[in-house]
Amino acid sequence: MADLTSDFIGIKSPNPFWLASAPPTDKEYNVRRAFEAGWGGVVWKTLGEEGPPVVNVNGPRYGAIHGADRRLLGLNNIELITDRPLEVNLEEMTRVKKDYPDHALIASVMVPCEEDAWKKILPQIAETGCDGFELNFGCPHGMAERGMGSAVGQVPDYIEMVSRWAKEATGLPVIVKLTPNITNILYPAEAALKGGADAVSLINTINSITGVNLDVMSPEPMIDGKGTHGGYCGPAVKPIAMNMVAEIARNPATANLPISGIGGITTWRDAAEFMALGAGNVQVCTAAMTYGFKIVQEMISGLSQWMDEKGYTSTSDFVGMATPNVTDWQYLNLNHITKAEINQDDCIKCGRCYAACEDTSHQAIEMSDDRVFTVKDDECVACNLCVNVCPVEGCITMRTLDAGEMDERTGQPVAAGYGNWTAHPNNPSVQAAE
Amino acid sequence: MTNSPLSQGVVSGRLSSAELAENFADLHAPLDDHEALVAADRCYFCHDAPCMEACPTDIDIPLFIRQISTGTPEAAARTILSQNILGGMCARVCPTETLCEEVCVREVAEGKPVKIGELQRYATDTLMAEDTHPFERDASTGKKIAVVGAGPAGLSAAHRLAMYGHDVTVFDGRAKPGGLNEFGIASYKSVDNFAAREVEWLLQIGGITVETGKRLGERLSLETLKADYDAVFLGIGLGGVNALGLEGEDKGGVLDAVDFISNLRQASDLTNVAIGRDVVVIGGGMTAVDAAVQAKLLGALNVSLVYRRGRDRMAASVFEQDLAASKGVHIISNASPKAVIGNGAVREIEFEYTDNDLKATGQTVRLPADQVFKAIGQTLSGDGLPDLDGSKIAVDGTGRTSVDWIWAGGDCASGGDDLTVTAVAEGRDAAEDIHASLS
Ligand SMILES: Cc1cc2nc3c(=O)[nH]c(=O)nc-3n(C[C@H](O)[C@H](O)[C@H](O)COP(=O)(O)OP(=O)(O)OC[C@H]3O[C@@H](n4cnc5c(N)ncnc54)[C@H](O)[C@@H]3O)c2cc1C
Ligand SMILES: Cc1cc2nc3c(=O)[nH]c(=O)nc-3n(C[C@H](O)[C@H](O)[C@H](O)COP(=O)(O)O)c2cc1C
Ligand code: SF4
Repeated sequence: MADLTSDFIGIKSPNPFWLASAPPTDKEYNVRRAFEAGWGGVVWKTLGEEGPPVVNVNGPRYGAIHGADRRLLGLNNIELITDRPLEVNLEEMTRVKKDYPDHALIASVMVPCEEDAWKKILPQIAETGCDGFELNFGCPHGMAERGMGSAVGQVPDYIEMVSRWAKEATGLPVIVKLTPNITNILYPAEAALKGGADAVSLINTINSITGVNLDVMSPEPMIDGKGTHGGYCGPAVKPIAMNMVAEIARNPATANLPISGIGGITTWRDAAEFMALGAGNVQVCTAAMTYGFKIVQEMISGLSQWMDEKGYTSTSDFVGMATPNVTDWQYLNLNHITKAEINQDDCIKCGRCYAACEDTSHQAIEMSDDRVFTVKDDECVACNLCVNVCPVEGCITMRTLDAGEMDERTGQPVAAGYGNWTAHPNNPSVQAAE
Repeated sequence: MTNSPLSQGVVSGRLSSAELAENFADLHAPLDDHEALVAADRCYFCHDAPCMEACPTDIDIPLFIRQISTGTPEAAARTILSQNILGGMCARVCPTETLCEEVCVREVAEGKPVKIGELQRYATDTLMAEDTHPFERDASTGKKIAVVGAGPAGLSAAHRLAMYGHDVTVFDGRAKPGGLNEFGIASYKSVDNFAAREVEWLLQIGGITVETGKRLGERLSLETLKADYDAVFLGIGLGGVNALGLEGEDKGGVLDAVDFISNLRQASDLTNVAIGRDVVVIGGGMTAVDAAVQAKLLGALNVSLVYRRGRDRMAASVFEQDLAASKGVHIISNASPKAVIGNGAVREIEFEYTDNDLKATGQTVRLPADQVFKAIGQTLSGDGLPDLDGSKIAVDGTGRTSVDWIWAGGDCASGGDDLTVTAVAEGRDAAEDIHASLS
């Protein structure tokens, strides 16, 4: 069996699956049960300053997007940071850490952007025995309006400054949690690095409105006839999160900055994908909120089976293995030519590929009177749309043409070797150079 | 082909080998990858799932289905097999319609349960096709344990004990291990010699010696076993068959359904298995249905299944009754056998109609019959066994009998339904208790 134990910036845990800072990690009762269920670590629900805690709305705080069969694809929330008193959280964290010394316990923190505030609270939290801090610069609602959360996370200078204060406050590792509500994720990541942060975690939730009540004419979730934008998470955000992880991992300045991957992770495969792109470990929130803590068992069994099959003995064997293959568009090989192929044995004759290609792509699928669908190689540009809309997995595949083989669409034989846009004759800058 | 369904008497070759092959093919064709994903997708991953509760072996069904969804059927198989080492056979033979699938929340909500049994088969077949054994045997403890009976109960106990490092010897009176998996289960539920393949695969754990042809009471005694072994597990099933107690019961052509089935299961060529033109099966359980359906599949022209009470009282599930009806078996209820008529061999059998309380009505009916299969229940056989509770060996929740260091489970023991999966659960639980007692 593969060894799943994980060492993320010196923080050890029995596996790389942590629960992200959110309701699942809100209290001792949950966290103990999470550890018993198999989670390797938790980032405790974000702590705020001492004194009267924040208050949450008392109406619905979640909205959702469902797929077929009411599968929850995206969740949105307008919850704030912990609404329980600081002392209570600290007492509970101390007790939990004492009983689970081998599990990771990270304190998520959000206080106003003032040096005193950070330098006062972090040493106080460190007394719980927690393994490190996660600075919550991500929350897009409620806290931002108070100059915290994503209001800080959107200003790289602030990130750098607060990271530095946090590093100066205690000797514990500091993870900076990034908000995706920005145009370029590299600026906040570089700022965290400059401020001395040990790692970044991403993504926090994305500004969103999940629906509109057309009778009341209010966004959902609706509180007394009004709604507000909330933070979007769950399977729907995974592609956005993975791109941001990959951008940081392949950016020379941040290439060595450890990343804790977050966003829509639901299965072992999601976790492996984030890790292949450069995340040293992963955090999960919505999947646990949808299916319960037990879901981690599938992540554990799946990841270890896959690692065994691939011969990886430790998670560090494959972390970042896909990063070098994330490139810019202009470096993709234009001599790599493929054609869609429909397996007639698997085809159930629904015609979705035909509608997609005929109406919106390249009119490259032929439909016979008796509903046989075939690809016209002389029209197919290999866009992959038919593959994506086909309901039968593996029914339509892409065949790679060999070098020298005729591409019937262009009437040209496939060129041997690699050739990208930077050297393509149609590229104006190539012509300019000639 | 010289014979047909219309041929008179008890003859073989009523159908061609091609027809027989088709008739005796898998009841449910195995799911392919796509079908499995679609079926798995329907599982809601319920909390504290009702299906899990309903499974006598407590398989973590939501977890294994999720593991199938995420492309790791091997991990799914491990989840299944860690609770139920005969998960492959159970996937084929469990009456899921009265177990896990009956309580599936989607059955309750939509009348269409998640196909738990077929998904279980998909997972276990995938793992077994790799011909690896997913469990490792602990270091030898030096303890010796005798298991009597190589049916589901005995095999399950033996595997769990061997896994814990004990040295297990399994004795069985028959020439082959497997119990009713090998000799009883309907052919179309266990095709391609699955029962034997599964036993072979199970034995890969190591530490288990199987001694066939050794019957307790003949060449073996419980006293010697007790003296020679640290513990004994009895999984001897039900060796006896209930008689009708009718005049003429000894006439030719009147057979025990289990014998007919076991001959059929062991036949190397189904075209050689003789079957009557008119077959009457007496009973209302799974054995009766299996005998009737298989008689029909062999090419009998008329097969009647006659049960003495109302259809709702039949032990066979509605699914099984429908299966029988769909194969052309005529189900007659509220009729008790009265007399076997014939000169040497059975020719007709007379029934009297009875009400649901078995009160005779005086109305009778005669059915033509070249063969009559009795399927009115099996009984425990054997002397010198531990104390009985009714007609079965009395056991507590972990299979302990009245005699120290002797455990029992499966059909021969009190409690639980007479099902493969129950036998597996009881064998496993007894093994856990034996292991705990020896440690
Ligand atoms: C025709 C038929 C169809 C069935 N179909 C189904 C089905 O579809 N689904 C389902 O769940 N259940 C079914 N059952 C029930 C199921 O087969 C049994 O509940 C299950 O096999 C019980 O397992 P066991 O290990 O207790 O006994 P068995 O399977 O009966 O095994 C007992 C073993 O002990 C051996 N033995 C007996 N006496 C001695 C002795 N004195 N010394 C040594 N060895 C001995 C026997 O040779 C046998 O191998 C069916 C039963 C029958 C008869
Ligand atoms: C209800 C809810 C509350 C959250 N609260 C916090 C929080 O207090 N602090 C924080 O850093 N992130 C918070 N998050 C964001 C999650 O930690 C996580 O970054 C995000 O949900 C994306 O992961 P997911 O797709 O696995 O849910 C919250 C998310 C949800 C759904
Ligand atoms: S999930 Fe629990 S707290 Fe939330 S609305 Fe439902 S019952 Fe209330």
